[in-house]
Amino acid sequence: MVNTEFLISLVPLFPLLGFLIVALNVRRLSHGVTAFIACGAILLSFITSVVLFTKLLSAPEAERSITVTLYQWFAAGSFSANISFLLDPLSSLFLLIITGVGFLIHVYSIGYMHDDKGFNRFFSYLNLFVFFMLLLVMGSNYLLMFVGWEGVGLCSYLLIGFWFKNQNYNDAANKAFIMNRVGDLGLLIGIVLIAWKFGSISYPDVFANALQNSEALKSHGILITWITMLLFVGAMGKSAQIPLYTWLPDAMAGPTPVSALIHAATMVTAGIYMIARNNVLYAMAPATLTVVMIVGLATAIFAATIALKQNDIKKVLAYSTVSQLGLMFLALGLGAFTAGIFHMATHAFFKALLFLGAGSVIHALGNEQDIRNMGGLKKYLPVTYMTFLIGVLAISGIPPFAGFFSKDEILANAFAQNKIVWVLAVGASLLTAFYMFRLFFLTFFGKERASHEKMHHIHESPKSILIPLIVLAILSLAGGFMGVPEVLHGSHWLSHYLAPVFASSTQFLAHHDHLSHATEYALMGGIVGATIILIIFAYSRYAKNNHVPATDETTTGLQRVLMNKYYIDELYNAIIVKPLYHISAVFEAFIERLGIDKLVNASGSFVVWGSRTARLLQNGSIGYYIFIMVIGIVLILVANNLK
Amino acid sequence: MLTVFLIFFPLLISVLLLVLKPAHAKVWALAASIIELAASLFVAYSFDKNGGLQYFVNVPWIDSLGLSFYVAIDGISLLLVLLTTVLVPFIILSSFGHQYEKPSTFYGLILMMQMALVGVFTARDGLLFYLFWEAALIPIYFICLIWGGAERGRITLKFFIYTLAGSLFMLVALVYLYFLTPGEHTFNIYALYDAGAALGPYPQALIFWAMFVAFAIKMPVFPFHTWQPDTYTNAPTQGTMLLSGIMLKMGIYGVIRWLLPLVPLGVKEWGLTAVIISVIGIIYASCIAIVQKDLKRLIAYSSIAHVGLISAGIFTLSETGIQGAMIQMISHGILVVALFFIVDIIQRRTQTSELIKLGGIRNAAPIFTTVFIIVMLGSVALPSTSGFVGEFLLINSLVQYKFALGIVAGLTIILGAVYMLRSFQQSMSGEANAITATFTDLTGHEKLVLYPIVLMIIVIGVYPAPLLDISESAVKNIVEIYSNYSASVK
Repeated sequence: MVNTEFLISLVPLFPLLGFLIVALNVRRLSHGVTAFIACGAILLSFITSVVLFTKLLSAPEAERSITVTLYQWFAAGSFSANISFLLDPLSSLFLLIITGVGFLIHVYSIGYMHDDKGFNRFFSYLNLFVFFMLLLVMGSNYLLMFVGWEGVGLCSYLLIGFWFKNQNYNDAANKAFIMNRVGDLGLLIGIVLIAWKFGSISYPDVFANALQNSEALKSHGILITWITMLLFVGAMGKSAQIPLYTWLPDAMAGPTPVSALIHAATMVTAGIYMIARNNVLYAMAPATLTVVMIVGLATAIFAATIALKQNDIKKVLAYSTVSQLGLMFLALGLGAFTAGIFHMATHAFFKALLFLGAGSVIHALGNEQDIRNMGGLKKYLPVTYMTFLIGVLAISGIPPFAGFFSKDEILANAFAQNKIVWVLAVGASLLTAFYMFRLFFLTFFGKERASHEKMHHIHESPKSILIPLIVLAILSLAGGFMGVPEVLHGSHWLSHYLAPVFASSTQFLAHHDHLSHATEYALMGGIVGATIILIIFAYSRYAKNNHVPATDETTTGLQRVLMNKYYIDELYNAIIVKPLYHISAVFEAFIERLGIDKLVNASGSFVVWGSRTARLLQNGSIGYYIFIMVIGIVLILVANNLK
Repeated sequence: MLTVFLIFFPLLISVLLLVLKPAHAKVWALAASIIELAASLFVAYSFDKNGGLQYFVNVPWIDSLGLSFYVAIDGISLLLVLLTTVLVPFIILSSFGHQYEKPSTFYGLILMMQMALVGVFTARDGLLFYLFWEAALIPIYFICLIWGGAERGRITLKFFIYTLAGSLFMLVALVYLYFLTPGEHTFNIYALYDAGAALGPYPQALIFWAMFVAFAIKMPVFPFHTWQPDTYTNAPTQGTMLLSGIMLKMGIYGVIRWLLPLVPLGVKEWGLTAVIISVIGIIYASCIAIVQKDLKRLIAYSSIAHVGLISAGIFTLSETGIQGAMIQMISHGILVVALFFIVDIIQRRTQTSELIKLGGIRNAAPIFTTVFIIVMLGSVALPSTSGFVGEFLLINSLVQYKFALGIVAGLTIILGAVYMLRSFQQSMSGEANAITATFTDLTGHEKLVLYPIVLMIIVIGVYPAPLLDISESAVKNIVEIYSNYSASVK
């Protein structure tokens, strides 16, 4: 019987070893060996995660939280941080998704990156990413989470700028890193506050302490609000929420498997994980929860409207990711932590599927990404077409696909708490269905708009690409069954599984009556009906009538605003980037060169002048010596008085 | 006696080099620095981290001046001695790609510098400290003057006068305290502590500022920094490494050892001002780094920003802040030597360090690129590199000291990323141009310098505890001296 604690340490160890082996031999290994090592490392990690998952399931509920401490990282004063891991239902769920979806995307990358000269470098980054992502969700304290948090940011940076000859891609990479750093500063200060006020940074200690002092924390709400708000600033950066979302669409510069793994399925959900992990603290801070809800909802709608008018297949998916993450934050803000995690899980399946499908299309068309130059591809790419359809149905919330259950749970929670929020969330959800089917029909239906050259070379992707698509399609189809609600005669396995993690926060959340079954049926039916109407509309517009979005130049009015993403990038440029450079230039030119340095040089010149004058006086004149003597005596007297 | 060996062994070799002018002076110097490193590692190995002062020698030297040769090693001294003895071999090795004229003089001066640095970090007598302090200035002055760049005359003179003027303030303060010691006057550090602490608030404030100016110029912190960018860019690379990697730590060390416990009332009164000045310096220097067009100048300004954070953390007078400063000094020393070596490598191959003329080096030099990335990550304090531990502890101490100041100082993690990523992108990424297309990857001695440094960056980031352990009790001691005194006057 293998020791559970040993197994827990193995999970991040495999990808780390994979990274080290590939990275240290990056110029020596053949592509085949690299693929074997990199994929093998993640597969081993996945198998270990499955074993750990079954162990947790078979353990009594009270023992489903295991901490393994490896060593003390550092300590100073009253502060100390350990390298230690926490396995509980929440982290084990993330482990399965990270290593499971991660493995599929590794396999997919073998085919996708086949001809790339940086093949080995790519896989070493990918393994490193998985390692840091595992640290993020397995760390048993805030600082270790922060290591993973910034580590995945690093890998994201390296992979967005993977094709480093293109300076636009490098700009995108820098933007991602720097914008994330803005969020990270908030997170870091939040962690410092926790360490200071709770005297520890380990989750169990902090949560126990918070529960013990809940009365005091709630009555002086400022501290807990500050802490949770600062942590949320970190989440805004990493999970691309307003106002820190603009890096994510640009991040599509990276290879498509990266977009699927990092910028859809795993890394960007780190903010969701972090808030769910801190549910106890958030539940005590209703003001922050409201902010989380509003930011999530606003992002969901805002990004969805932008997605309506994007013509780059990956950009549409990117804005859709931003929008879906907004829905997850909405759920967290409503206090529906399980619903947020549930949607995170189903989204990981269908969004990874959609990105990989898009990658397959791009691959087939020789790096074409503009949907205006696609169309009619379904007969050339049958497998990609079928799996993509499943992904689109799942994200649109059509039963019984995975997205239906998770999205429905969020909407039901919204309805129970606030009808306006519900209306807006339904709006975002309907927009999603429309722009996704717009994308789908423009790509696979209608006239073939790609050049002859491209149509001539078109081919369905190799097996290493198709098999991950099929597996993810199955998950997108069946994944929702982990959380079938009571009203549909399910038992909602997921909510039972996660119950211990969220148990102690329920007492702080306002209680809402369950909706009657009749209401729930009506809501589901209404939303699904409206969604289907929109799909039919999209079909007639884009598939049947062959409507093609206008070229960039001819777009006008609101459409142009949407196409240009509300000019937010331009706005940030004007109010932040440019002023920073201006101020810096002013510092350099005026304060530094004309101010401080001139002053220093002037005082130097003054001394030179002074000593020249003094030398002139040094002519044996008794008057001069007496003068100096008097000054000397005065100075000594002053000095004596000071004692 | 080992302390005496650590101080005088480099001097001995230095004199031999200067007098005998042997062939292969650099090999002799490298061998000597490695012996010195071995000796210091032995000291570290046998050091008792709870044993207080160790390896001390205290013999009267010049009675009429009250000068004793009093040297000793505690945890704080040990870390800085180690920093010196670890970096000097790498600095010497980094010069192997250059053919300096008058090599025996060049390497002799480097070793003489090492003598003075170890002396500064171990002296326990005020006047002896001052002597080593000034002794460090002489070799570096000649290194910059003889082997520096085009404008070396004017720039070196400015540097020399500026730092010399600063240290005269310190001398006045030390002599003043000397005359206040009871009975037979002495420069013994503890006698000076007592003399300083016995003073009223006003004289303590004067001494505070006299010492602060001396140390602030050396580090340098804003607004005493304007000698630094010119000097760093004009000095030969090894001179810049000595200045930025080790010599600026004299100023920080000075604050910890010769300022905080010396005039507690002065510190109490003016500590906040010092923190504010330092924090302003972080933002100011980071902003200027953003608009630099020359890679070497950019790193010079980034160093001012990093040192500003260290200085701010020290003046919080907390164990977290000072321990953070200790580990950050080590990390900064390693990183800045690596950064300046990276610039040197670029400059030797392309004859320029102007960002706009570079670009595309990545295409031809993958190993160099990887090293540059790791050093850059250390510099932007990515967790799991050496830069993070110190930066976290320092920001932590500042947040607890004054919340708003902590947040402002924290902006360094954003601004640092802005200028480092930009400089990396402009110099390394993109398409290669005429001068970068033939860039050769790292050669033998370059790997010998950079591989161990990269390893240290990661090892210290992943397991910094042993280093922090070394200085822990000494730092506690300093904080206690201060807090006991503060409590007693209240």
